[in-house]
Amino acid sequence: MRIEGKGLIDRSQTLGFRFDGVEHVGFEGDTLASALLASGQRLIGRSFKYHRPRGLVFAGSEEPNGLVTVRRDGAGVPNVRATMQELHQGLEADSQNRWPSLRFDAMQVNDLFAPFLGAGFYYKTFMWPRAFWEGLYEPLIRRAAGLGRLPQEPEVAPYEKVWAHCDLLVIGAGPAGIMAALTAARAGADVILADEDARPGGRLLAETHEVGGQPGPAWVAAAMAELRDLGVRVMPRTTVTGAYDDGTFGALERVALHLARPGDLPREAFWRIVARRAVLAAGAQERLIAFPGNDRPGVMAAGAVRAYLNRWGVAAGSRVAVFTNNDDGHRTARDLHAAGIEVTALIDARADARLDAPFQVLRGAKVLGTEGRLALKSVTVETDHGTRRVPADCLAVSGGWNPAVHLACHHGARPWWREEIAAFVPPHPGKPGTVPGLIPCGAAAGVFSTAGCLADGQRAGLEALAALDRAGEPAPLPEAEDAPVRVTPLWEVRGEGRAFLDMANDVTTKDVRLAATEGFTSVEHMKRYTTQGMALDQGRGSNVAALAVLAEATGQSVPATGTTTYRPPFTPVSIAAMGAGGRGKGFAPERLTTSHRAALDRLAPMIEAGLWYRPSHFPRTGEPTWKEACDREVATVRSRVGICDVSTLGKIDVQGPDAAAFLDFVYTNTMSTLSPGRVRYGLMLREDGMVMDDGTCARLGEGHFLITTTTAAAGQVMRHLDFVAQALRPDLDLRAISVTEAWAQFAVTGPKARRLLDGILDQPLDEMAFMACRDVQLHGVAARLFRISFSGEEGYEVAVPARYGNALYRDLVARAEAMGGCAYGMEALNVLRIEKGFLTHAELHGRTTAFDLGLQGLMSRKKDFIGRAASERPGLSGPDRQQLVGLKATGRGDAVLAGAHLFPQGAEPVPMNDLGYVTSACWSPTLGLSIGLGFLRDGRTRHGERLQLLDSLRGVDVTVEVTAPVFYDPDGVRMRG
Amino acid sequence: MASLIETPPCGDLLPVIVTGAQLVELRPGPVLSIAPFHGQAAAVAAILAEAGLDWPAPGTSGVGGSLACLWAGRGTAFVLGPLPEPLAARLAGHAALTDQSDAWAAMQLRGPAAEAVLARLVSLDLRIAAFPEGAVARAPLNHMAALVRRSGADRFDLWVFRSMAQTAVHELKAAMTSVAARG
Repeated sequence: MRIEGKGLIDRSQTLGFRFDGVEHVGFEGDTLASALLASGQRLIGRSFKYHRPRGLVFAGSEEPNGLVTVRRDGAGVPNVRATMQELHQGLEADSQNRWPSLRFDAMQVNDLFAPFLGAGFYYKTFMWPRAFWEGLYEPLIRRAAGLGRLPQEPEVAPYEKVWAHCDLLVIGAGPAGIMAALTAARAGADVILADEDARPGGRLLAETHEVGGQPGPAWVAAAMAELRDLGVRVMPRTTVTGAYDDGTFGALERVALHLARPGDLPREAFWRIVARRAVLAAGAQERLIAFPGNDRPGVMAAGAVRAYLNRWGVAAGSRVAVFTNNDDGHRTARDLHAAGIEVTALIDARADARLDAPFQVLRGAKVLGTEGRLALKSVTVETDHGTRRVPADCLAVSGGWNPAVHLACHHGARPWWREEIAAFVPPHPGKPGTVPGLIPCGAAAGVFSTAGCLADGQRAGLEALAALDRAGEPAPLPEAEDAPVRVTPLWEVRGEGRAFLDMANDVTTKDVRLAATEGFTSVEHMKRYTTQGMALDQGRGSNVAALAVLAEATGQSVPATGTTTYRPPFTPVSIAAMGAGGRGKGFAPERLTTSHRAALDRLAPMIEAGLWYRPSHFPRTGEPTWKEACDREVATVRSRVGICDVSTLGKIDVQGPDAAAFLDFVYTNTMSTLSPGRVRYGLMLREDGMVMDDGTCARLGEGHFLITTTTAAAGQVMRHLDFVAQALRPDLDLRAISVTEAWAQFAVTGPKARRLLDGILDQPLDEMAFMACRDVQLHGVAARLFRISFSGEEGYEVAVPARYGNALYRDLVARAEAMGGCAYGMEALNVLRIEKGFLTHAELHGRTTAFDLGLQGLMSRKKDFIGRAASERPGLSGPDRQQLVGLKATGRGDAVLAGAHLFPQGAEPVPMNDLGYVTSACWSPTLGLSIGLGFLRDGRTRHGERLQLLDSLRGVDVTVEVTAPVFYDPDGVRMRG
Repeated sequence: MASLIETPPCGDLLPVIVTGAQLVELRPGPVLSIAPFHGQAAAVAAILAEAGLDWPAPGTSGVGGSLACLWAGRGTAFVLGPLPEPLAARLAGHAALTDQSDAWAAMQLRGPAAEAVLARLVSLDLRIAAFPEGAVARAPLNHMAALVRRSGADRFDLWVFRSMAQTAVHELKAAMTSVAARG
């Protein structure tokens, strides 16, 4: 029900929305919760475990019951708190955890079994047999236990991550936070003011208090205008969710969730805010009192009832009773009465409560029960004169207030108990586990009056300024109410029926006592046994009450019982927001070669090689699959000429007086003896003696080398060289820098390669020895030419500055095609190198030694090098090692498969008989049979043997013959030319 | 004789223009990496001084005439623009000289929203007090190794590996669109 003239809503802007398919109307400034309450919708959801009917309890992010599914872009987003969802035109929301409807929920039979479903029920019931745990029990329990259903489609809506840096982060824009921000900003500090609410002001929006002689919201508006003028970054709709290391805070901003048409806006943004100092002004959280039937729709927090009335102009009921143990509860009764709403009774548990009120006050009285089916009708009150029934469709309950200490405890410190306000307050600054640089103030620090908050906010602002080495001035504070805290703790009213503590997880006072009885007397154990505080609200409305009930059950005091651990996040954070920027193309950069478009023009499918995209093959008409194209490309390279972009291989430029000595130290073989203009194959080991990478090393000048790495290990090798140069051999004078991206490099391979090159070089090639390099001019451009081969044919690699890569590649391919040649892709490249027994990271997989690879001859005995000592350990060489071999399929149509394992013929295929495995395999069009490379125990003495190749995954069992790893042109006649 | 056509790293990917921010390709011209050998920093600085350039302290850059000099990593600077040939020849022997002209895609993000756009991709404190004009940092741009330089109150030069130009433009465009949508 709306109250005329009350609230901060814009009644000229009506907004139509649907809840469970029924149309309602609300106003600009409403939340879904306030609009539903105004429409008389008392029942809003079904409880998690017992499917009990539930209504709204709070007005903020701590709401345990008002969880709804909101339709966005056709998908349902579950577990949205109705109190946090701002109303917009066309909003569609549905209640959760009910079937077939909210009013008639079939699962409410659970409630009849409640006596059996107490704490520990699952642990005790679903124990045997063990095999049923994951397959049967867990899915069953999960299906029955209720939250909303996750959408089944991947999230495609935009989310965002953002970094921000500031001098001071103020968390919370209530009176304390605003004063802290004003104080710091006036002194010139760079301030961010973040608040969870859509509108700054905190409790000032929910109360009728005046500040400085004007209504609270008016004072807030003026202060916010000044803050904006001072350049403060005000962040509404932003919940600071965690305090992390070095002044970094996580914060979730709801960017577009309140808009009917979000356009390009992200739904949410996850902020990482790095602040030199922070002020925690997050306010306080009202707590309830547990009494039988306290979960009936209509039983609400007194402060929330006041908020709905004063901020949204909504009466939570037409006949309201108030149940309190403190003076603050009286405010609710007074505000309601002043707004013309009948207050049927103010029930104050304290015997000395004030009586002067224009409505019935029952002091020393307690609520013993509630009546009504889907909504509250009356409450039963126990007084000194016996019990009586008080009619009420809403019961406003206040058990006192808990400061929002969470962020102050995120580094592990525990809050401490202040007896005079009966509340936990933030740990003393400087104690172990406090958040460095975080200054709690206002209600978050246990200062509850408005005047107190304004003064404490200013104190916090000045304290932050001092820490920032800035001079700040205390300004005169506006006048405001300064009521003292008067509270007498009351946690529970014992009586017939269940009294709920944690409504989100359906945990009752009885569950907590049961936990204590069964030995779970530590608050951390009680939490885990009962699941109290483990729901979406993380027990913000119930933790302190639950530990107080536990304290009573164990005969301890509240402070001695203590709190559970406070951990981030303060409110739920969607995974999509945390992972923003990492979905789809954002997962990893795509590296494209200069020939990328030319390859796409030739319809080449791309495959990923590390981050690079490389053409798989170049399909032609009449080639139904990749294999026909690959076979043709291999044959063309072997008989004519092929062009392949090899720019993705790492290129590292090494210069300096000690460059040669440095390379001798990182390679197993010697590079210092290389003549300028010559190239040598080289092997690098890791410190543990295993092979790290291989490549070529070209000596461009006396103190100038250009080394290549494999595509996959380029980054690793660059880091390794940096590490060795800086940390292991700072005595050597050299500099290394990556030039991978500076050059476009193309392999020109095949018997006609030289003829092709002669067509583009400014000077004909004449003789160029195998493993030589030289500077050349082609088409008038300075280029580098290397005579190296990864195919076994006469091969060259030509490198030009990357800007010419696209043009040169197209030119080379056109010229090759004119000579009967072609472009070739990764598939053909792989076949060519397997035929030749050349290695890739399939073989250099991190567990192979130079000995395993048959490259022990490259391990110089005349010098030290990285990995030498470790490679000489026993067990890293010898007949027990699995050594590189070639494998040939023997049967017609049989295929060697990478990943398959090798067994003696006739042996049982068990691990102890496993002799080795296949790392690379292909159909060799050159040899007309299936071949592979693999590692075989004592493989080099087994050439000619026949073995069983088994691949249980793919159901392959064939006979293979062991050979030398070089299948094609073993003497290298073609390559050396 | 045929001649080879040059293809710029970004080419038709740029410009990208949204309300409050523009992303355009930079053509820095020749880029020479200079990494002094042991004990040669002073000699290198003296030669660069003849071209009007200071050896940049870490995280800084400077301009001299038509040349600019950027700190580019440990003991490394990039000279942008045509360093006179005699000076370059004299540097040889004092420092490792490497041509980096083609290795990078350089772009400039400019406009009042530039800082807000970068806040979505770069974790550094880019407020002008902390990262003033001329400041340089090697920092990730989302997942890409990048070199970031503030070239004006509301402009930043961004360098990424040439091969990553497309991804960089894609990421920047997404951030620019998102910031523009906030109005």
